[in-house]
Amino acid sequence: MIVPLIKGLKYTLGRFFSKPITIQYPEERREVAPRWRGIHYFNVDENGMFKCVACGLCAAVCPSKCIKITAGEDEDGVRYPMEYEINAIRCIYCGFCVEACPVDAIRMGSKYDFTDYHREDFLLTIDRLVTQDYLDK
Amino acid sequence: MALLIESVVKVIVVFGIFMGCVAYMTLLERKVLGRVQVRFGPNRVGPFGLWQPIADGIKAFFKEDLIPANADKPIFILAPMITVASALCLIAVIPFGDKITLFGHTIYLRITDLDVGILYLFAFASIGEYGVVLGGWASGNKYGVIGAMRAAAQMISYELALSLSVIGVIMISGSLSLSVIVEKQAHMWNVVYQPFAFIFYMVCALAEINRTPFDMPEAEAELACGYNIEYSSMKFALFFMGEYAHLVVVCAVATTLFLGGWQGPFLPGVLWFLIKTFVLVFFCIWERGTFPRLRYDQIMHFGWKILLPLTLANVVVTAIVMAL
Repeated sequence: MIVPLIKGLKYTLGRFFSKPITIQYPEERREVAPRWRGIHYFNVDENGMFKCVACGLCAAVCPSKCIKITAGEDEDGVRYPMEYEINAIRCIYCGFCVEACPVDAIRMGSKYDFTDYHREDFLLTIDRLVTQDYLDK
Repeated sequence: MALLIESVVKVIVVFGIFMGCVAYMTLLERKVLGRVQVRFGPNRVGPFGLWQPIADGIKAFFKEDLIPANADKPIFILAPMITVASALCLIAVIPFGDKITLFGHTIYLRITDLDVGILYLFAFASIGEYGVVLGGWASGNKYGVIGAMRAAAQMISYELALSLSVIGVIMISGSLSLSVIVEKQAHMWNVVYQPFAFIFYMVCALAEINRTPFDMPEAEAELACGYNIEYSSMKFALFFMGEYAHLVVVCAVATTLFLGGWQGPFLPGVLWFLIKTFVLVFFCIWERGTFPRLRYDQIMHFGWKILLPLTLANVVVTAIVMAL
């Protein structure tokens, strides 16, 4: 009867002197998996331009209908998005838009704690998707 | 006059240090339990979370103080006071150190030296349980009543074994005065002569102060905190303080009775006393992180059918050995 009690005490004492496995969250972060689906960003080409051709596949495949695109054409007849907006509040982070994109324009990053104070701050426009101003918040 | 000033200063100093210890007991407990569970424990308020007890105290003060409609109001208010006051009374007879000479004036490092110190200790320790019982009863809550009922039953069961476990020490020392008991241990600690009594004392003391693995009266999982379920704000904090004060006192008494009190080489006596008490307190937290709670009938079975005969046998064996 006594031996198991002492065994238990020994075990907990070993745990007491071991290093805590807690991740001190705001200062430290958990490493995410390589295929983690965090908040979106726009992939840029070697000229620093985003690759989106406003085909609308991402908006079509989006199950929560959170992507809005207005397509336009430049003088060479190349399609580009005049307006592009992801509503990050409605997004369910399924990653279908990334799968659907034929030109690898949209990707998902590793940021999993995208928070802000106002609803407008969750509307990701082209500028924000390219500059990724929300990533370092 | 000088005696009065000396007494008042001693009471204030001891009270201040003791309350500080009690406040930081909460932090120590949370830290040690955290480390046992491979996490950090509180570390956000101040360096290493050192301001946590102060933050908790301020929070407790500003919480809303609720008294349930069907509570017995005077007793409801009185109960936490009984718990904490009786716990504070206990430190009056514990000798912290030998006499020191200050400004040509001999000062004994104890508040008072009662000839019936142990009797006083057990009397006030029992009064502390009244706070728990009355608090649970006056809440007008069924869980509170169940907790209070369990506290009463457990207290009666383990008080016997607790008292019997120290009788061996009293027989060896031939005195009920705690300072005489300490002085008798100058050459050898009582724990060497009474090892089983020491173990029985610690087990019974844990049961007496309703601590894991005997924390039936406030079993979180089944009674939702038991006797203190309806208490909030500073009243709850008082119960908490009383509980930790009891824990510190129980360990201090164990130090005095079994581990030679302030006796020890090289270091000053007060430091020895604090170190020994701290080791016992650490053990109490450590075992809380280790052992699961006993079932109610197991506690009763353990108290009456195992501990009581064993402590009685210890007394008989001690008597036989001393007579030979």
